[in-house]
Amino acid sequence: MHIHEYQAKQLLAQFGVAVPAGAVARTAEEAAYMAIELGGAHWAVKAQIHAGARGKAGGIRICTRYKEVRQAADDLLGKRLVTRQTGPEGQPVQRVYIEVAASFDRELYLGYVLDRKAERIRVIASRYGGMEIEEIVKTDPNAIIQVIVEPAVGLQAFQAREIAFELGLNSKQVARAVTTILGAYRAFRDCDGSMLEINPLVVTSDDRVLALDAKMSFDDNALFRRHNIAAMYDASQQDPREAQAAEHNLNYIGLDGEIGCIVNGAGLAMATMDMIKLAGSSPANFLDVGGGASPERVATAFRLVLSDDKVRSVLVNIFAGINRCDWVAQGVVQACKETTINVPLVVRLAGTNVEAGRKIIKESGIPIISAETLGEAAAKAVAACREQKASLAH
Amino acid sequence: MSILIDEKTPILVQGLTSEKATFHATEMTAAGSKIVAGVTPGKGGRTHVGVPVFNTVKDAVKSTGATASITFVAPAFAADAIMEAADAGIRLVCSITDGIPAQDMMRVKRYLMRYPKERRTMLVGPNCAGIISPGKAMLGIMPPHIYMRGSVGLITRSGTLGYEAAAQMKSLGIGISTSVGIGGDPINGSSFMDHLALFAEDDETEAVLMIGEIGGPQEAEAAAWIKDNMTKPVVGFVAGLTAPKGRRMGHAGAIISAAGDSAAEKAEIMRSYGLTVAPSPSEFGATIAQVLAKSQSRRISA
Repeated sequence: MHIHEYQAKQLLAQFGVAVPAGAVARTAEEAAYMAIELGGAHWAVKAQIHAGARGKAGGIRICTRYKEVRQAADDLLGKRLVTRQTGPEGQPVQRVYIEVAASFDRELYLGYVLDRKAERIRVIASRYGGMEIEEIVKTDPNAIIQVIVEPAVGLQAFQAREIAFELGLNSKQVARAVTTILGAYRAFRDCDGSMLEINPLVVTSDDRVLALDAKMSFDDNALFRRHNIAAMYDASQQDPREAQAAEHNLNYIGLDGEIGCIVNGAGLAMATMDMIKLAGSSPANFLDVGGGASPERVATAFRLVLSDDKVRSVLVNIFAGINRCDWVAQGVVQACKETTINVPLVVRLAGTNVEAGRKIIKESGIPIISAETLGEAAAKAVAACREQKASLAH
Repeated sequence: MSILIDEKTPILVQGLTSEKATFHATEMTAAGSKIVAGVTPGKGGRTHVGVPVFNTVKDAVKSTGATASITFVAPAFAADAIMEAADAGIRLVCSITDGIPAQDMMRVKRYLMRYPKERRTMLVGPNCAGIISPGKAMLGIMPPHIYMRGSVGLITRSGTLGYEAAAQMKSLGIGISTSVGIGGDPINGSSFMDHLALFAEDDETEAVLMIGEIGGPQEAEAAAWIKDNMTKPVVGFVAGLTAPKGRRMGHAGAIISAAGDSAAEKAEIMRSYGLTVAPSPSEFGATIAQVLAKSQSRRISA
């Protein structure tokens, strides 16, 4: 789960990370008021979306007068901001963050990730802040400082000092950087972070070390014990279909293709999408209905997949292990009766009680195209999709 | 032989008295498994599905000599259950649980390292379908009837994609020595490499099929290991050709976030290390059949 910059900064501040003074606003009036409240002479008005590269996309405005703050907030709020990281449709700006603009001498990079190879938390730092880490790696791979944290004892002060000195900071700055590096680590560990990027971490002319930007995401599997984090969830930043799927505990990811997929199991779902691609078309979505695909779940899955108007055929691929094909078949039949399905439907059932399942489909009288193998199912779904497109063209 | 489990392996079920575990314990017994005990804290002293229930894993091991365990425990308590089993000397733990926090798994992995190699616990999963040596024993939740006993080792991340592979092989008359699901989590117990090493030593296994997916370095590490260490043929596949970057595809670990994470890159790495890559997920069975035929003809001519 991702959170907004202002939320990440508020969280980090609780762990001792120094951040510029700032306040969130939902209207232009509120933005101007916040600027007055905060004081100072320069403010950054920053669009709050769950994506980076906002600066180049006009999502961050530097203002020197309250009037400009109001204007900038008015420009940004209620619009969709398109950045290099959002995709062409952009993300809606419902909040802006007003921050007292700080002048700084240096920009650094500080990041935390769950490293799958080391199977521990990795701290990454660099003298090159303000650019993306991938870019830093390409430009100067030697400028990347990395530290692995032993989970039993956590990040140690000496490790934070090593990073700080390696970054070329003076002794006053080092002490503050150590507080930041250790504080951000504790925020990451205590809140079950999966990624934290402070980029840039800036050093001011009076030796302060400030998190000028912060991007943070969390382990979905740990949200059950992090209520403060779960409360920061912002559905507006998600594809509406994905938000709807999440409400039903379905795993859905919208894609650009034309064949809707309903599959049980994440691996089989990916493999089914691969088959569609290899058969010459493209999947409209990833959807894992999970192990216990009850009739209600299958019906919800259908509604979700069919709400995508690019879909020209639907492929249901269920390999029943714990669940049974006859249950799934009942769900499919029920969904067909409850929902208007205007596109061809291909159903492939395999595994436990497959014969009973196929019989239910066959005897339902609903025009369902049956397939026995994965290859056959993908080929039939692609053929049905082409026919549907041809008939729509006439 | 087979790897990890057979009909003689004494099995313990952690969380046995839950509805889910009760169902699967019965299925496991029907598949040949020798279940000797259950553990549910606070319910020690009972008998459930014909076996004694203990309060702690230590008690269960002491009384029954169990060496393998399967944990049916909710995500919040799963890491604790795995560590308890490791501390009690259980050699093989299979964790079915989907949804364990990654930082818990980090701690579990370090905890397992406390023990010297000769008594260290092998963890399979979490977030997996388990292990089956067809016709001998099952430590998992898969439908046993889709597996045929034979000579191919199967290692997969995904449960249902593993079923798909097993069913394709069965329809071609190809059986499996042991099938292991290593799970879809970003930090998991044992890797492809760990099980490849066991299959390499197993005289019943002639070839191995490994099915990975996007995200993480394990498929590539395994491929490199195969080139240097494995004489038996290995067929590989990586699911997720159509997966977009940065999106988690169902499994917590199935996300393209670094170079080398994508399906195409991993498949290329496999090929470069001499693995046969199945052209599509509908050709697992056919590819394994070709590889088996080739290795048999090579053996005859040698």
